[in-house]
Amino acid sequence: MNNYLKRIAHYTVATTLAGLLAAPVFAAGGGAELEKADIDPGQIPSLQRGASNFMNYCSGCHSAQYVRFNTIGKHLELSEEQLVDNLMFNAEKTFETIRSAMPAADAERWYGTAPPDLSLMARARGADYIYTFLKSFYVQEESPTGVDNIVMPATSMPHVLWELQGYQRAVFSEHEETDSEGNVSTTVHFEHFEQVSPGTLDAEDYDIFVRDTVNFLAYIAEPIRGERRKIGTWVIMYLIVFFIIALMLKKQIWKDVH
Amino acid sequence: MAKIEAEVGQPKGGFMKWIDDRFPFTETMKYHATEYYASKNFNFWYVFGVLAMVVLVIQLLTGIFLTMNYKPAAEEAFASVEYIMRDVEWGWLIRYMHSTGASFFFIVVYLHMFRAMLYGSYKKPRELIWIIGMLIFFVLMAEAFAGYLLPWGQMSYWGAQVIISLFGAIPGIGEALVEIIRGDYSISDITLNRFFALHVIALPLALIGLVFVHIVALHEVGSNNPDGIEIKEHKGPDGVPLDGVAFHPYHTSKDLVAIIVFLMVFSFVLFFAPEMGGYFLEYANFEPANIKATPEHIAPVWYFTPFYAILRAVPDKLWGFILFGLSVVLPVFLPWLDRARVKSIRYRGWIYKSALTLFVISFISLGWLGVQPAEGIYVLAARIFAVIYFAFFLLMPYYTTIDKTKPVPDRVV
Repeated sequence: MNNYLKRIAHYTVATTLAGLLAAPVFAAGGGAELEKADIDPGQIPSLQRGASNFMNYCSGCHSAQYVRFNTIGKHLELSEEQLVDNLMFNAEKTFETIRSAMPAADAERWYGTAPPDLSLMARARGADYIYTFLKSFYVQEESPTGVDNIVMPATSMPHVLWELQGYQRAVFSEHEETDSEGNVSTTVHFEHFEQVSPGTLDAEDYDIFVRDTVNFLAYIAEPIRGERRKIGTWVIMYLIVFFIIALMLKKQIWKDVH
Repeated sequence: MAKIEAEVGQPKGGFMKWIDDRFPFTETMKYHATEYYASKNFNFWYVFGVLAMVVLVIQLLTGIFLTMNYKPAAEEAFASVEYIMRDVEWGWLIRYMHSTGASFFFIVVYLHMFRAMLYGSYKKPRELIWIIGMLIFFVLMAEAFAGYLLPWGQMSYWGAQVIISLFGAIPGIGEALVEIIRGDYSISDITLNRFFALHVIALPLALIGLVFVHIVALHEVGSNNPDGIEIKEHKGPDGVPLDGVAFHPYHTSKDLVAIIVFLMVFSFVLFFAPEMGGYFLEYANFEPANIKATPEHIAPVWYFTPFYAILRAVPDKLWGFILFGLSVVLPVFLPWLDRARVKSIRYRGWIYKSALTLFVISFISLGWLGVQPAEGIYVLAARIFAVIYFAFFLLMPYYTTIDKTKPVPDRVV
């Protein structure tokens, strides 16, 4: 019995020591092909413009409930005064998060579904998805909002950016297919857009507007992205130095083993 | 080595003597480290045991800090994870270490198990080490499954929904069993709470206990080696195996190099690709669980997909579940399925080499197929690979008997 307890003690010590030693597919809807958003998270001016776009055009209906203004200020190099003057329309203190101006219950009654929170949308759907989505509204008379979207058909979101982009029409082509039993089915394939009425921005400037906004959305989805990459470089450099030392130690210890 | 023994091996008095009179510290160190002899010819494949230990420690430590800030309630869970990611100082690092660690746990454990298959480490006298190891693997699967529900994202919710409902296929008790697991008629706050309890207390305790016993069993019989030779059969006059070197400092110094290389790979993923293209952190899991909206495509995390592909390959629900369970459990019987006289692949014939190659191909392919939609050619491919997977185990008693093996040398080469 004593021996048995001793054994247990052995193993406890051994495992504790071993422990201490160690201490130190996007599902795109609608079948539309996504355009590359081509965002650059290192571009502070683009992110600043994106923040402004977001607060002016998105935050009326969409919240970003996990995102604090002071975090944005820190990463986007904005002073408290700049935050208050340019971004905080319905917030008092910089530690507050981005709330939507529209009550969720009303939103659900008006649109059938409450506009989703956008804190993590870029991580959930991808930057390319949102970029293409914001460029793919087209006139659809039967829809309650007057528009539909190629990327997310039957979306309840209206074309919020219509003033900037203007309205466009979608051109579809129809393909008839006959299967082995002789049934004819038609598949509708999206071809391209045609501008119906102009917006205040030309196509190129609208792309930049959307890109900046998506850049900001990607930023708020993971605000520490830049920081983690910076720290990661140091960690790996440290490990390389540590590796060389450990390798020398191993060689030294093993030199008498043949 | 002699110098180290002089230092810790024979305490003349003072502090170490005081300790040793009350606790077998020096004796334990000798038994498990300075006088535990393992073969000097360990190769790359022999580092994954210690790496699994490293990951276990990473998971335990980061888990403690996550628990300090996480809220196991359906209303709060998702937001508390984002709170950790954004507002808790260094919370993002702790969380990414834990999420990256989960996947790396399976990577190193799969490679560790493959090592045993390469060199016959499960064969006599190490059957029990292998069985305990398989138990660790089962607990690890349960641990990972319970943990995956906790972020309460879309994939957490629907993944758990799909997997738990599988138990409903068991005739008679199925539905009752599913309700017992969930604690409710669907996955809910109650399920989340009990999975939290399992994830942070019950299963980690079982895991640590089993790892402890795994090492106890290993140090009793001694480690295998790439030649599959029992080094204890050839001892020098001092009683030390001629082909063995002490675990400390020889293998520890070697393992340290391996640990650093591992940490480089681990850090690279953690700091530069924590989502790993949607495999380590699934994109759909960045949306909170929504009972009303089923995701278009539900796939379990990558480490469960080989078995999930087998499940889906079977057209019948009950048989799918049975074969799924069998595919997980079958490796337990390897020590008795394998009739070869030699342990190591180095001295086996072409039949076993081909069988093992086919097995690896089918396991990886099944893993890939498990994340693809179950349709058309994918289902057919999954069926073919599932047959190969089962054939590897079930035909083993036959093909390992007829396989021509080479003579095994007495000493490590």
